[in-house]
Amino acid sequence: MPQMGESIVEGTVLKWLKQVGDAVKRDEPILEISTDKVDAEIPSPQSGMLVEVRIKEGETVEVGTIVAYIDTEPGAVASPVTADEASEPDKPTPSVDVEASALPMSVEERLRTRSTPVVRRIAEEHGVSIGDVPGTGAAGRVTKQDILSYIEDVGSPSRPAPSDVAPDVPSRRLPQAPTPSVGAVPDLWVAFYGEVQHPEFPVREGDVVEPMDKIRQLTAEHMVVAKRIAPHVHSVIEIDFSRIDRIRAQNKVRWEEQGARVSYTAFVAWACSRLLHSYPNVNGTVSGNNVIHRSSVNIGMAVDLDPGLIVPVIHGTDDLSLLGIGKKIIDLATRARSRKLAPNEIQGASFSLTNPGVLGTLVGMPIIPKGTAAILGTGAIEKRPVVVQDPLTGTDAIAIRKRALFSLGYDHRIVDGADAARFLADLKELLEDFPEDA
Amino acid sequence: MHLRPYPSESMELQVRNLGLISYAEALALQSDLVQRRRDCALPDQLLLLEHPHVITMGTGSRPEHVLANAAERERLGIDLLEVGRGGDVTYHGPGQLVGYPILDLKPDRKDVHRYLRDLEGVIIGTLRSLGVTGDRVKAKTGVWVDGRKIAAVGVRVSSGWITSHGFALNVSTDLSYFRTIVPCGLDDVRITSVSSELGQPLAVEEVVPAVTNAFAEVFGRSVVGKPTNASKIALS
Repeated sequence: MPQMGESIVEGTVLKWLKQVGDAVKRDEPILEISTDKVDAEIPSPQSGMLVEVRIKEGETVEVGTIVAYIDTEPGAVASPVTADEASEPDKPTPSVDVEASALPMSVEERLRTRSTPVVRRIAEEHGVSIGDVPGTGAAGRVTKQDILSYIEDVGSPSRPAPSDVAPDVPSRRLPQAPTPSVGAVPDLWVAFYGEVQHPEFPVREGDVVEPMDKIRQLTAEHMVVAKRIAPHVHSVIEIDFSRIDRIRAQNKVRWEEQGARVSYTAFVAWACSRLLHSYPNVNGTVSGNNVIHRSSVNIGMAVDLDPGLIVPVIHGTDDLSLLGIGKKIIDLATRARSRKLAPNEIQGASFSLTNPGVLGTLVGMPIIPKGTAAILGTGAIEKRPVVVQDPLTGTDAIAIRKRALFSLGYDHRIVDGADAARFLADLKELLEDFPEDA
Repeated sequence: MHLRPYPSESMELQVRNLGLISYAEALALQSDLVQRRRDCALPDQLLLLEHPHVITMGTGSRPEHVLANAAERERLGIDLLEVGRGGDVTYHGPGQLVGYPILDLKPDRKDVHRYLRDLEGVIIGTLRSLGVTGDRVKAKTGVWVDGRKIAAVGVRVSSGWITSHGFALNVSTDLSYFRTIVPCGLDDVRITSVSSELGQPLAVEEVVPAVTNAFAEVFGRSVVGKPTNASKIALS
């Protein structure tokens, strides 16, 4: 069942236009589906014969569900594809599943367009369809060089809406990043950064096997790639929330009158957004042999959907007041849970926050989302006995204070340990001496 | 190699003002234009027209939502057709401005929900320029004025992300015809028209420029040539 839109989770098979045993041509409509007020024809991703129909007319299934198998004509499939398919023994081989992501594609096309994030981003920024680019990599994959020379040859057919990076910045810079021009080595990197295969394990009696849904699949792939790309290091600091607690208590009524609840997370987001301009590498990312320093602070904020997780982005956090951030967090979290976020609201983060503390965890070691250099994990805020100094007498005393452990995960390629320590120390100072007029 | 004068990314829009045209004829025209748009032989199209009295059943229709029996339909001169668009039963007739956009959604809108919301946006923009405030209602596709339905939306996306079918805005529709159906399968929904809202008569023709402008704005298209009323010329 193809994904026909961001907010579409399921579709109903209206009608099979082809029956089992029928020959189908590539791009020939083979079924009609219906979602909400929309009917859509789904074209065949490949020429061949329809050998199995899994979903009957009238049945409603989730996006990503396999609805049919097509037995491709001999020779129609490039050999590497056959090999891939043959490694999954319970499928009729060499079959193509009519599952199709954004738009039904042939196997060759899917393989070709399974490119590195860099290639995909370049394609996106230039409005180029990867499928149109002749690929020279393994199985015809499109390498960075392929797409860059394609863009140089034909130019960009259309410019998408501007993202937080000026669209011509990468095109001006990226070609400078030297790429080895021949053979096996670049292909290895393409595969390493672009492909994820989860190894399979034997099923034991009584076990339940369920396919991962779309969000889970994307999360799994992202986590593997993110950890593969960035050498992760984590540093932890303890932060006193006594002052913030007092500010919250003093302003709670006033903020509520203005229709907002300002959470601890809002305070942290505010403080990070003010500091990050002084730490361009923390608010940046490695891109090829360059570092991109983001011009604004866009804070991604992990929201637990239980099951699953989504990371809405507060664009331009550095331009918002504390109250504005508080409102935005509630708005985004609410719409994340009701699955009402627009695509641009989950893209373009320059830094992320995650809050394992909400369920009592003391400290987490979060994975840095790809395309960024750091993520801050906020642990549970609890009352703890701490040693304080009496400002008048200078003697030590034990006091009860609200405190939390914060862990910063950072990409050690561009953020040194001392940078992270300075950032955390500044963050501690700003939060513990939080300005009244933020 | 074929000439592809209007690639997918072409942001041009050709508007065809077809006047009163039968449902079957419009269907054939759409099917032809979908093919031509897919072949990049034409720019995006917006067909604006009126239908003679007809009840259409979308693929989500329940037969019991057609209230008028055969004899009654015969008496009122209403056809009944099953059609390949999403949604439930609806009525078309004179005084209703029907819009069938034939767009290639591939370059900028591969999201059918977004497309539905954009069509609603076109109607809301049109109504605004006529002095009527239209709204969306959560989980009820269409455009509403104070809880009364003024426009219906139901679309089809053909192979290659080419759209057909579209929207129907009641301009000066004789609303009594809606009693022959349960509109869109929603019980006790009240239907309204621009004329009823403004309290004065208004011709469908007078709304065409407003719809064209709103459409071009919402979809970021530039209208090419003069609105043509030729349905046949391009079909030769």
